[in-house]
Amino acid sequence: MAKKIPQINASSMADISFLLLIFFLVTTSMDVNQGLARRLPAPIPPDQKVEDKDINKRNLLVVKINSANQLMVQGQLTDVKQLREKAKEFIKNENDADYYPKLVEEDFGAPIGVIRYTKDHVISVQNDVDTQYQAYLDVQNELVAAYNELRDECAHKYFHKGYNELDEDQQKQVQKVYPQKISEAEPKNYGGN
Amino acid sequence: MAKIRRNEKREMPALNTSSLPDIIFMLLFFFMSVTSMKEVTYKVQFKNPQATELTKLEKKSLVRYIYVGTPTAEFRKQYGAETRIQLDDAFAETKEIGEYIVNERSSMKESDQGLMTVSIKADKETKMGVIADIKQELRRAYALKISYAATQRTSY
Repeated sequence: MAKKIPQINASSMADISFLLLIFFLVTTSMDVNQGLARRLPAPIPPDQKVEDKDINKRNLLVVKINSANQLMVQGQLTDVKQLREKAKEFIKNENDADYYPKLVEEDFGAPIGVIRYTKDHVISVQNDVDTQYQAYLDVQNELVAAYNELRDECAHKYFHKGYNELDEDQQKQVQKVYPQKISEAEPKNYGGN
Repeated sequence: MAKIRRNEKREMPALNTSSLPDIIFMLLFFFMSVTSMKEVTYKVQFKNPQATELTKLEKKSLVRYIYVGTPTAEFRKQYGAETRIQLDDAFAETKEIGEYIVNERSSMKESDQGLMTVSIKADKETKMGVIADIKQELRRAYALKISYAATQRTSY
C-alpha cells in the first residue's frame, strides 16, 4: 500500500518571503540619478586667437562667488535667495530700463508673433578656487530656475499650458525667446585665502 | 424546492493562502529589479549637494560617472584625507579623465557617442578648484553634456 505523503505546511512560506522582501526594501539604496544638467562650452583650439567679444556693459550680469561663499551680483552683496528674482528681472527687462539688457524685436512665429526680448544678455558666473561646490551649485540652480520660470510663464501666456506640456517644436520656440546664456569664467583667486 | 436554512450552524471554510507566497515573491522580484544598485564600490565618500531644478538622467548606458570626495576610512592611510577623484573602481588623477572619457566613448555605439552624459558626483564641500579642473578636462575631451548630481532640496 502506497503511503500517503503528508502535505507540507506552507503557511510560513509567506512569512519567509515577506522577510526577504523587507530585507531588499531596506538594503537597496534608492540611488536616483538626478542632477542639474548643464552644457559645457566647446574647447577653444590652441591656434585660435581668443577674440575679445565686446559685450555691452548693460547686457552683462556678473555673479561672483568668493571663497567664503558670499555672493556678489553687479557689485552688490546679495543673498542666494534673491538671485532668482534679480536674474529674472535682468533677463526680462520689462520696463525697458537702460541698465538692463537691450530689447530687440524679433518674429518668433505663431502664436508668439513679434515681441521684444533681450537678445544679447549674458549672465557671467565667476567663482573662486576655494568656493564650495554647494554654493556654486546653488547659484547655478537659481539661474536655471530663473530661466525655467520665465519659460513657463511664456508658455502659459502664448500656449496656455505649462512649458513641460508643450511639444518639442513649441518648446524650441519658447527657448528662443529665453535662450539660456550662462557663461562661466575660468576660476580665479578673488581676494583672501 | 430550495429551503432557506437559517438557523443551522455553518462553518466558514478556511481561506486558501497557498498563493500568498507567490504573490509576495512577485513583489520581491519587482523590487529587486526596479531598485538600482549603486554602480561601483565607492572608494571616496561624498554627500550630494542639494538643488531644485533637477532632471533625471535617462538611459543609464549613456552615463559615465566621476566621483569626487575624500577617501573612505580604509583608504585614508594610503591616500590621505585630501579630495580625490574616482573613475570606475579606482582612484585617478585629473589628467586621466580625458583618456577615460575617450576610451569609454569609443566603446559605445557610434550613434550614441554624441549623447554621452558625464555625471559629476561630488561632495558638497568640495572646493571649486577641483571641479573646475575636471570641467576643463571634460571640455578638452569633448564631453560637453554634463550633469551635477544632486538631491532634491526639501527646504531652504
